[in-house]
Amino acid sequence: MEWLMTERWSPYVVGIGIGLLSWVTFLLSDKPIGCSTAFSRTSGMIERLFRGTKVGEKPYYKKFAPSVDWEWMLVLGVFIGAFLSAKLSGGFQAQWVPTKWAVTFGDTPFTRWIVALIGGTTMGIGARWAGGCTSGHGISGTLQLAVSSWLAVICFFIGGIVTAMLIYNVLP
Amino acid sequence: MLKTLHEKQGMQLLFGLLMGIVFGFLLQKGGATQYGVIIGQLLLTDFTVVKIMLSAVVVGKIGVYFFRGLGVAQLHPKPGSIGSTVIGGLIFGVGFGILGYCPGTMIGAVGQGSLDALFGGVVGMLIGAGIFSEVYPKLERSILNKGYFGEITWPQLLKKNHWAVIIPVAIGIAALLFVIDRFAS
Repeated sequence: MEWLMTERWSPYVVGIGIGLLSWVTFLLSDKPIGCSTAFSRTSGMIERLFRGTKVGEKPYYKKFAPSVDWEWMLVLGVFIGAFLSAKLSGGFQAQWVPTKWAVTFGDTPFTRWIVALIGGTTMGIGARWAGGCTSGHGISGTLQLAVSSWLAVICFFIGGIVTAMLIYNVLP
Repeated sequence: MLKTLHEKQGMQLLFGLLMGIVFGFLLQKGGATQYGVIIGQLLLTDFTVVKIMLSAVVVGKIGVYFFRGLGVAQLHPKPGSIGSTVIGGLIFGVGFGILGYCPGTMIGAVGQGSLDALFGGVVGMLIGAGIFSEVYPKLERSILNKGYFGEITWPQLLKKNHWAVIIPVAIGIAALLFVIDRFAS
């Protein structure tokens, strides 16, 4: 079982594995892999704690009810799976500032936290605006040959590449 | 038989969890939960993420369309429009570039101990999703349905048999991966 403890697998092995996993999700659950709707549902559940059941009246939550569903459990599973993988390889480490970030912008947790918060908020708006993320559109939608998803993933990468190059000041 | 399985809610929640564990395990083993790997992809210096995504798409589409042909799987293509897909996609991309994780890999990063992904990424995404639910009625009336084209797939748009699309796209992706492996890494 040494392969389970290896730190990195070939990206092709991982990609093929995710492709095979998508067969299983379509067959056994009739669902494409996706991650971002779960955040809407959770956000709705948190809002309900403060504002009560009238949150369910919001038009967006009529479409995506604030409750635990298959995809929500999938996202919980991603957390557990990544934890197991990192633990098995000895790669688990509580870390505020990723190395790549620290090399360019220093290792102050506060700066990284604020930037990550801004990025996360923007991404959260964008994922719901586009109706999916790098999993739902980027992998599951493109493998179904959905026109919307091919267009979405191209826009994800255009936006991401330009932004990252601006931040790291490496625009050609 | 599969249809009755799809309706067993408790069982489906368990399946979701198990499939998620496999997904998260794979993402972490592939390095896709590392900030450096994702930013490396966006700076075009590390092609790990594209290799994972494209090989998943090739394997995934062959199986999913094959099982659909046997009548045991159904497609669920998402609807799209210029106002939602393009504008939302670009906003997502900007957030993706600032954060350095995407939603799934961000959760995986939390699992490996990345606190920026938890307190920045996850908290931010919940705030972002909350903001969207607030402005959704307005956006829906104004921009989201601009240039609506629906739940269409490439074979439907091109009026071709799906294998006439799947096979050339698979060859194209294989050629692209070969070029990336040869010249970009």
